[in-house]
Amino acid sequence: MTALLSLTAVSKRFRGLLAVDRVSFDVAEGALFAVIGPNGAGKTTLFNMIAGATTPDDGAIVFAGEPIGGLSADAVCRRGIARTFQLVRPFPALSLEDNVVVGALLHRRGVGAAREHARDLLRRLDLFDKRHQRAATLTLPDRKRLEVARALATDPRLLLLDEVMAGLRPTETDRMVATLRTLNRDTGVTVLLIEHVMRAVMALASRVLVLDHGVAIAEGTPQAVVRDPAVVQSYLGAETM
Amino acid sequence: MSAALARLAGDLSPRTRIWLAALVAALVIAPWIVGDYLVTVLILILYLAYTGQAWNIMMGFTGQLSLGHAIYAGLGAYVAAVLFTRYGVAPWVGLLAAMPVAAACGAIIGFLAFRFGVTGVYFAILTIAFAEFARIGFDHLGIVNAAAGLFLPVAQYAHNDPWRLRGSPTMFYYVMLAATLAAFILCRLLITSRIGYFWLAIREDEEAARAAGIDTFRYKMYAVTISAAVTSFAGVFYAFFYNNLFPEQVFNISRSIQMILGPIIGGVGTLFGPILGAFVLTGLAESLSTALTAMGLDLPGAEQVFYGVCLLVVVVALPEGIWPWLARRLGVKEAES
Repeated sequence: MTALLSLTAVSKRFRGLLAVDRVSFDVAEGALFAVIGPNGAGKTTLFNMIAGATTPDDGAIVFAGEPIGGLSADAVCRRGIARTFQLVRPFPALSLEDNVVVGALLHRRGVGAAREHARDLLRRLDLFDKRHQRAATLTLPDRKRLEVARALATDPRLLLLDEVMAGLRPTETDRMVATLRTLNRDTGVTVLLIEHVMRAVMALASRVLVLDHGVAIAEGTPQAVVRDPAVVQSYLGAETM
Repeated sequence: MSAALARLAGDLSPRTRIWLAALVAALVIAPWIVGDYLVTVLILILYLAYTGQAWNIMMGFTGQLSLGHAIYAGLGAYVAAVLFTRYGVAPWVGLLAAMPVAAACGAIIGFLAFRFGVTGVYFAILTIAFAEFARIGFDHLGIVNAAAGLFLPVAQYAHNDPWRLRGSPTMFYYVMLAATLAAFILCRLLITSRIGYFWLAIREDEEAARAAGIDTFRYKMYAVTISAAVTSFAGVFYAFFYNNLFPEQVFNISRSIQMILGPIIGGVGTLFGPILGAFVLTGLAESLSTALTAMGLDLPGAEQVFYGVCLLVVVVALPEGIWPWLARRLGVKEAES
């Protein structure tokens, strides 16, 4: 199977700091792929390079057969990659529905059709009853769900989720995991998530990449990766268990 | 066309429609009821409602603060006035030249700002700077009579000529009323369409808008050029109503500020805010000066003080403007959502 997203030796340097150091990996179409790692491992930088928020210094990012490294964020989105933000950024003064309509209008001319699509997504994410509320009035779990809905509204082939579980209670996390699983199964959308919450990664991801100090130190199934000595060391230090 | 009509009235509640119809009817019959003096006051109100509406496209919809909108009105005024006085071109034809000129000027300012990431207060300063360039430049421009001022032949009141915009205040009133209604309809169509949603997204959070696939540069360029073109008509009207143009006046920053007070007081980003704000501000200011004159008081600057007090009261008590608060009271909605 050919990969939907393929990174080859991607690097990014901030002044003296090598934030991402020749990272390569492939995300297969339809996969639930997680990138994990301790704080400062370079996860968000990696994510931003894929999403078009940062330009890689070196290496190739290929999406659906086309190089996308260095494209602007909006151009990346139009090619079929939608993202959420770690610190959620809904359009605060707009209603939930209008937030999602904005995303849906990317590939739809008419507001009516966009609204219909937005309502479908709001139903999926259990936000339908709140659709007339202003986004600013939402609780954090709902804002996270709204971000996912808005991203999905752009009809992505690849959904990038930046710590979408962070700050959620365990029950909320389980709910989000269930939602994403259903989405992935029903729509076939490929998901690449950056995540700290191991509970979510273990439950959701089919494949995991571990970053440490900008370097990919392990890749595999969640079960295999958590037993990897290099991973254990990077997370817990050198102590033996 | 019918789809556009449906969007125009489709989601208005019956109550909102009645209010709208009553308002339009009142404005249409107003000149038969009130005297000439009040007609000129109403013209000023509609003029400010119109320019406020145009400015609102940039600030209220797209979140780009322009403090130099006088440049677009001024360019419109001068282009149409020069074509009329030198070549006898009717103002409606002159408008066809004025609009592209103003739009091009908006596009230049927009390009410089949006391409090079000039945002927020720096963008506002850039817009002021351009209006100042125009003021100083036109002060030395021979073809427009420089600082000496450009004068149009004064209107013959006995005979109305709408095509050449020569006539009584009542004629000008109806022209401005039609323009204000047209601007209102245009803004409503824009804000309920794809471009409007993209503008709102940019206003709310530009980075999030880009992440949703919106080419924010392009949509901000649309906002500034449309806003400039719409504003230019106000300038054409101004030239033919007042019959004299001085760069020192038409490009003055106070003109730009005057345009934005209405929407700020009425409600930035709303459709009725600019109209309501213009009525409240100008209406109260005129009442005040009439009252002062009646009392035999001569207080120069009282109007400006009054504007300042109004602005203070609204910013403190109703930071969203009067209209959102009033709309809740009346139980009307501008658009579904």
